[in-house]
Amino acid sequence: MTATFVGMPAFPGAARTALADTQLRQNLAHATGTIRTKRARVVGEVEEWEELRLAGAAIKDNTLHHLDEHLLRLEESLTELGATVHWARDAEEACRIVAEVARGHGVDEVVKVKSMATQEIGLNEHLAEEGILAWETDLAELIVQLGDDLPSHILVPAIHRNRAEIREIFRREMGKVGRPAPEDLTDVPAELAGAARLHLREKFLRAKVGVSGANFAVADTGTLVVVESEGNGRMCLTLPEVLVSVVGVEKVVPTWGDLDVFLQLLPRSSTGERMNPYTSTWAGISPGDGPQEVHVVLLDNGRTKALADTVGRQALRCIRCSACLNVCPVYERTGGHAYGSVYPGPIGAILNPLLKGVGHDDQVDSLPYASSLCGACFEVCPVRIDIPEVLVHLRSQVVDTHRGHKPPKPEAVAMRTAAWTLGDARRLGLAERASGLVGRLTRRGRALPGGRRALGRLPWPGSLWSDARDLPQPPTESFRAWWKRTSGGRG
Amino acid sequence: MVTCVNDAMYPETGKAVVTLLRRLGVEVDFPEAQTCCGQPMVNTGYLDEAVPLVRNFVNTFDGYDAVVTPSGSCAGSVRHQHSLVARRAGDRALEEAVARTSPCSYELSEFLVDVLGVEDVGAYFPHKVTYHPTCHSLRMLGVGDRPLRLLQAVRGLKLVDLPKAEECCGFGGTFALKNAETSVAMGSDKARHVRESGAEVLVAGDNSCLTQIGGLLSRQRAGVRVMHLAEVLAATEGSTGHSAGHPVDAAEVGA
Repeated sequence: MTATFVGMPAFPGAARTALADTQLRQNLAHATGTIRTKRARVVGEVEEWEELRLAGAAIKDNTLHHLDEHLLRLEESLTELGATVHWARDAEEACRIVAEVARGHGVDEVVKVKSMATQEIGLNEHLAEEGILAWETDLAELIVQLGDDLPSHILVPAIHRNRAEIREIFRREMGKVGRPAPEDLTDVPAELAGAARLHLREKFLRAKVGVSGANFAVADTGTLVVVESEGNGRMCLTLPEVLVSVVGVEKVVPTWGDLDVFLQLLPRSSTGERMNPYTSTWAGISPGDGPQEVHVVLLDNGRTKALADTVGRQALRCIRCSACLNVCPVYERTGGHAYGSVYPGPIGAILNPLLKGVGHDDQVDSLPYASSLCGACFEVCPVRIDIPEVLVHLRSQVVDTHRGHKPPKPEAVAMRTAAWTLGDARRLGLAERASGLVGRLTRRGRALPGGRRALGRLPWPGSLWSDARDLPQPPTESFRAWWKRTSGGRG
Repeated sequence: MVTCVNDAMYPETGKAVVTLLRRLGVEVDFPEAQTCCGQPMVNTGYLDEAVPLVRNFVNTFDGYDAVVTPSGSCAGSVRHQHSLVARRAGDRALEEAVARTSPCSYELSEFLVDVLGVEDVGAYFPHKVTYHPTCHSLRMLGVGDRPLRLLQAVRGLKLVDLPKAEECCGFGGTFALKNAETSVAMGSDKARHVRESGAEVLVAGDNSCLTQIGGLLSRQRAGVRVMHLAEVLAATEGSTGHSAGHPVDAAEVGA
């Protein structure tokens, strides 16, 4: 994959482009609608769902409060079981560690399990610079990689593509990097999956090094867990001689028993299944079985910064299920690319600013505003991340970084003026009398249903509203003036 | 609390609340010092700017039995955001005042159903109506089916389902301007669902959401009007506007 999110415009601009893509709108509305319904059905079956959510949030919070202890315990367990543990402060360090392992075995390719952490650090691009090809083996990741495209969803990164587009990509690209797609390939899903199986099989059997992430890392037992649907993960985790797993530090859970809660929450929230088809667990090295050299890279890359934020730290509970993306009305219309990150949607709108920090990149600073604060995300989140609360908190951080700037942003001037006017009832009353005058002077507007008249086209920034939406003319008398004139409606 | 939007732009909604509450025997006051709950500032990230507004709110309403507001999002802001603003201001007295005013602030349908214990408010409205459960009423306050129960008890009113009712209309305060294109895309779908419902009138408990949906519907010449829940509930046979009503011995309320 050579495409990157570097240089993406801020959300409103990127969204404008996406909103005009009719195929994208169609694909997303269909896909998110389907998965939303599936999730609602299987979550509705679980009577104690709310208790499970509370338990999931509590386990994560407790672990995060003592993160250092649990991570050291994890390192100890893993080391005892023959794994090599590496600590990576940032993307650069993590990529270097993986590349060193691959180079140490003289390979020019690795097979990959779908992993958000390796996407986040740009591992594939880094390995490519060192002459090592990283093959994505998850079906949707394969589609994205072959199409020289970018992922647009955490769980189903090719959600923006429909099957006709996928057939086209397979026919055009597969032959360039391995076994070509069959000549007579149609867009029937089973045939497309069949073509991917054949194409990938030779890569599974050939690869000496596998790269993965982990959904969970159990500190007590040194067990890493990968939850998946397709079985490609199982192939990558068992066939190669060497396995490197890049794991965000927030993935640690204290005990094996904690998995009980998360293995119920995750599949129902993400794919809308009661149970996912493949759950692979491994603890270090099993002599004579599976990879005989196991590396685990524990990744910070902004996570400790997020942990220091008392409101924002709840984002580290995230188990990457994507339920918030699938219900988000903004995501449904703009798709994932508009968020300019491998983490799109509501969780991306808080996670990116938390990991990267606000105040130095307009693209990152635009993300907390990419929401109408409707709250649908919080409602479905299996670990109860109050995303609207964190969005508002991050907005205040964005505003605070610009305080004292000269000249102030027009928005800041507008907000301060509004706050000043609204700070005192007398000033508000005067403003209402002025707007009432506008109402009296512009009596000629088009009649609206209900008897009022419409304001015409407004100058900027009012045009942002009036370009597509009517606005009624201000009433000639405010409520306040009416109350006074009629002595509370009695006069 | 009438809210700044209703005060300046939708006075009929405020008058309807007064009419309705008086009809139900509530003593209604409109403390004239009231302005805005501060929600626009908080939701845009201007927390410091919201402090004087929260202070003004508690100074105005502290001491009333109940503060009733015809807006789910303003009620939500009072109940869920005022404490946050007060904490940030580091003003202990303000925090304590907020702890008194927030719990007795109600969205209109909550006050009618939970506090007054009525569902049939004696209204008459012979029209085909659909209801949009605004996000903050639905998810922040959890008003549930209270507004629907109130509407179902209105004589002459035919209530029809709104497809994908729980989906956001795309207003979102300054979101409507900062992300205008996305906001309009969301609102267009909501307007389409309203038209599909076959209703003549779209009712909701928040005039800001109705400004968004109504603004799109009228631009499309859709032939559907929008009305605040309070105005439907205030309507009676032969009434076209508000009436004074007769206050009786009941809780004193700041509307």
